[in-house]
This record gives sequence, structure tokens and C-alpha cells, in this order.
Amino acid sequence: MPRARKPKLAIWKFASCDGCQLSLLDCEDELLQVAGAIQIANFPEASRAVVKGPYDLSLVEGSVTTPHDAERIHQVRRASKFLVTIGACATSGGIQALRNFKDVKEFISIVYARPEYIETLNKSTPIADHVPVDFELRGCPINKKQLVELIGAFLRGRKPNIPHHSVCLECKRRGLVCVMVSQGVACLGPVTHAGCGALCPAYSRGCYGCFGPKETPNTASLSAWWSTLGTKPEALLRAFRSFNAYAEPFRKESEAHEN
Amino acid sequence: MKTKVIKVNMLARVEGEGALLIKIRDNQLTDVKLKIYEPPRFFEAFLRGRDCREAPDLTARICGICPVAYQMSAVHAIEDALCVQVQGQLRSLRRLLYCGEWIESHVLHIAMLHAPDFLGYADALEMARDHPTLVQNALQLKKVGNEIVALLGGREIHPINVRVGGFYRVPVRQELAPLKERLKWARDTALELVRWTGTLSFPEFEQDYEFVALSHPDEYPFNEGRLVSNRGLDIAAKDYDSSFVEEHVAHSNALHSMLKPRGAYFVGPLARYNLNFTRLPALVQDAAKAAGLGPECRNAFQSIIVRSLETLYACEEALRIIEQYERPDQPAVEVQPRAGTGYACTEAPRGMLYHRYALDANGTITDAKIVPPTSQNQKTIENDLRELVPKIMDLPKEKLTWQCEQAIRNYDPCISCATHFLKVEVVRS
Repeated sequence: MPRARKPKLAIWKFASCDGCQLSLLDCEDELLQVAGAIQIANFPEASRAVVKGPYDLSLVEGSVTTPHDAERIHQVRRASKFLVTIGACATSGGIQALRNFKDVKEFISIVYARPEYIETLNKSTPIADHVPVDFELRGCPINKKQLVELIGAFLRGRKPNIPHHSVCLECKRRGLVCVMVSQGVACLGPVTHAGCGALCPAYSRGCYGCFGPKETPNTASLSAWWSTLGTKPEALLRAFRSFNAYAEPFRKESEAHEN
Repeated sequence: MKTKVIKVNMLARVEGEGALLIKIRDNQLTDVKLKIYEPPRFFEAFLRGRDCREAPDLTARICGICPVAYQMSAVHAIEDALCVQVQGQLRSLRRLLYCGEWIESHVLHIAMLHAPDFLGYADALEMARDHPTLVQNALQLKKVGNEIVALLGGREIHPINVRVGGFYRVPVRQELAPLKERLKWARDTALELVRWTGTLSFPEFEQDYEFVALSHPDEYPFNEGRLVSNRGLDIAAKDYDSSFVEEHVAHSNALHSMLKPRGAYFVGPLARYNLNFTRLPALVQDAAKAAGLGPECRNAFQSIIVRSLETLYACEEALRIIEQYERPDQPAVEVQPRAGTGYACTEAPRGMLYHRYALDANGTITDAKIVPPTSQNQKTIENDLRELVPKIMDLPKEKLTWQCEQAIRNYDPCISCATHFLKVEVVRS
């Protein structure tokens, strides 16, 4: 029987720090195996060689922040059978979505001496605002084990096994004592999507929301709890306004603390 | 009139998005532009109004390849503003964390991004088919660096354990012990990598650069020291703004940095090596000599050897730190908000990284300035291309383009950082 053609993988970058695509190169033990099972057809960070599309699997990193990128994402979608967004920028607009709450012109003038050279959109938006997305991998950065699981699941034609519950369950599973209850440390764990393995509580610090909102988060209740720990409204606003600031539940909660 | 245009619309094997445009008219090089079109993300703008204690977590997100560098420059600048000094084992743990990032970032660049240029492969995976041991060993060496960052920082990318004043949690001695055996293997492997990079062929390309790096009386620099150059610069971080200027040019979303009286300068491994050779331990100095490198190296193509030497140094230094480690009583020094301005330079894998923060009495950031290494090197990269292209102008276009790309990769440019870069375009007419 002739051997089936290896599926083609493409990696695309929009506004981002490169950390999520670097996660693939950080799979030191799995990288050569992955490269054996899938054709890395377009990965500019790692290779000069570009194989033409269409691509079986596209991983998209970064958010849409320029008129050019708002066009380019449609080309990427057309060239991709499965399109998976990786990381907080691609799934929620990322840290650069903090501009969405301000006047971008003022932002440009703070950083750049010649604002007329800069072309940028008023808002940083997630990929799903522009094109249909087949699956989202959360995190700032993504968890590389979840990335390997995603590619493995894709190769076998099954749904990736990525839990959607909160960080709290990861704490319970690791047997970590709750930092909020035992130490009075403000923690976003109850409303934050799992995936990091409850890293921060394991290091005696409260979760700060890298993976964005979990399904149906009760952010108002958590804010009330934080207030009883002495957290001021402006600190609550900042807590919900970081890497996933423009994800709807976090956006609304931060707006509730604007004066 | 014959015009040749070399255009690389998206430079590969660099971090972030950039392009190169070279114009040649009647065998005369007329234009070189390194274009950084990576979209701006406005970090310095949204840092205004944030609590200073958020700066290490926020600025880490400038770069997924060197987040530790951003965290280190951020905490040092803020501690400077708050008049706090972090000493003893906490200072050593910060050096250890930086060792991890240097190993991870340098080996990624040496083996995955730069070596394929020297051997004529499109990428490391293609190279792995003919040189499996080289690539596998490099991946494992990179992994050791990542293991250090993950152990101290919680994870490899965007570590969660760095805070103003120190860490959230510090390891007990036994937690670091397993790293010792791994690092001994890594040191041997790095030594092998130095030998191997020494056997590569390099073009004759000695340039009269002004190197700028930190310099410390007792150690090879990571977090502390004065900012010095081979042409007499010798300043503290707080005097950075009076000695350097940033220029905004039309073709780049990254600001070009210049030394006020003299223009272009060079930061990164080659600068550190030339300015701090005597601070390297005998093991690293001997390895340099065996690989054919003296205490001075002015050929940017040989930066791949210097990166291997710094990897070797980072393994050796990490081992030294682990050997003498005793867990400190407190994971962090207490910090109290106060108004002030703080400055810091630390040595990111790609070169010196400057941060400045102004804080109000509540510790809220009122102004921030960040100058990444790649924006500092942009002018020098363009100058290198101006020197290189006339020497290789007669090569076929594909070869000429590739050599220009290689010359850019000598700097391990990180465009995500600099925008706050790489397509190549060569136009011949």
C-alpha cells in the first residue's frame, strides 16, 4: 500500500512575542518525532524553506493590529484546512489589547517620535473576530504539552484532550493548599482557564490569569472576595486587565471597576 | 543602466518579522534598508498607570525568547527607583536564572537558526538528516538551559517566579542538586560545540566596531556593571540617556539607537567577549584559544563561536552557583513604594537591554523607556551589509541573498523585541 502523504503544517505570526511558536522548538524531546510525522511546510522562525499551501494544519500566533494583517488572516484561512489559534494574543487580543481601552493615537505618540510612520489599528483583536477558528489553545504562553497533544490528536483525527475547567481544579489535583484561603493571597485561579498546571500557587503566588477566562466564570463573586482581602478597585481593574484583557468576561469585569 | 534589487520579504530564522531591501545600480550599492514591520505593541505606553510590581510580568511579554532579560532589567530598574539592593543568594539565583536563558537562547540560535547557513541547509531539521548527533545534542543542551529557567522560574517562557525584591519562592538545596549532573554533561557538550563551531569556515570580515557592554570588576556580566566601550565610554546605567539617542526612521517600527558623538555601535556576545575576556574562567579562555580565537574578535560571522563560548561559560557559572547555594531565609527583600526614577542595564543573550521607569509615591509607573538590543544593533547590521555586498556583488542572486541573510543572523536579531524584523530585498539595476 502506498504511504499516505504527510500532512502539511504551517505556522503564522501576527502581533506577538514569538513565545507560543517557540514552544514547538522547546519540545526538545518531541521535535524530531513531530517533524517525522508531519511536514513542517511554513515556519519562518525555524526555516528558509517554504512549501506552498494549502496546509492541513495552521497554527496561528498573535493578534490582528494592522490593516495589512486584517487582510492577511483571510489569506491564511483560505490556505488552511484546520486553523488553530495558539496563545492569548491569538485567542483574546493579548497584552497589546490594552490599547483597546485607550486612545491609540496617544499610545503612538508616547512610543514613537514620528507618528506618521506608524500604521496600526485602533484595536488589537483575536483571530476569531476575523475568520472562523477550528480550535483555540489558551495561555500566555501556551503549555507545550498541550501543543504536542493538539498535534497528536490532529494526526489521529480526534478531538484534543484539553480541559476547560478552572485553575482551582489543577491545584486540588496537585494537592496544593489554597493560597487565597490559607495565606490571604489574591488569586485569579477560580475564574481562570486551566492549562498551566497551577504554576503560581505552587510557587506561593496567586494566579494572574495567563490562560484567560474559564467557561462561565463568576468574576463578580471573585472580585467581592478580593475586596474582603483589602484589594482596591483600581487593583481589581488591573488584575482583570492584563494578557487576556479583551476576553469578554475579563473585559466586562475590569470595566465594572472603572470609576 | 542595470538595477539589481535583492528583496527578502520575510527574513527567516530570526525571531519576529523583518525584511531587507538592497539596491544595486551599475554595480554600485545604492541602498540598504533593514525594515522592521513587526507591528508595534506599545509597551512603554500601557506601562503608564500600572503598579511597578507588575513590570516584570508585563515586560516579559515583549519577547518569548528572552523573557528573563526583560524581567531582570525591569526588577533592577525598579529596585533602583525604590532604593533597594538584592544581594547574596538572591543575587546568585538571578544569575543562575540568566545562565539558563543564555544557554537556551544561544543554543537555539547556534544550532537551529545560524548553523544551517554555514552548512547550506534551509533549516535545522534538514540539517538533522545529515548531522543527527549534532542536532540531538544541541536540543538536549538547550533543554538543560530550559530546565534551569523552569525550575527557578516555574516555566521556560514567561517565568512566573520573578518579583521586584527577589522571588516568590526560592528552592531548597536538594531541588538544585539534580541539575548538577545535567550541567556537567552540558559543559562537556558545550565544549564540543565550541570545537565544532571553530571548524566552520568564515569569510574575512574584520570591522572596526565600537563594542558596548556591561563590565563588572569580578565577573562576566549579567545583571550589574558599568556600561563600557572600546572607545572610552564608561558610564552608569543612569547616564544612558545622556550618552545614547534613539532615532525614528520611516522604514522601521523599531527605533534606531546611536551613541551621541559617534553613531553606530555593537551590542551582544561579541561586544561582551571583547570587553570582558579577562573575566572568563581559564576553561573558557582555553577553549577559545583552541577554537582559534584570541581575546579580540572583530568578525561578526564568528559570533557563532563566541555564543558557544558563552554557553560554556553559563554552564560553568551555573555549576559554581549551585555548588555554593544555601537557601536564603526570605525569598525576597521587602519593598516599599516611593517616588523616584530607576535605571538598569542587563545583558540579554542578544546584548544590553536598558530599562528606565519613573514612579509616583504609590509605586505607579508614570513613564517607561525600554531599549532592546536589536534596535541598538540595527545601524551596525546595515553598515555590515554595506561592507559585505560590494565584496559579493557578483554572486548569483540566490547566493547573494542568502549571504546577506547570514550576515543579519550574525546578530541573532530579535524583531519582536526591537519593535517595539526579517524579509530580504536586493534590487539590482
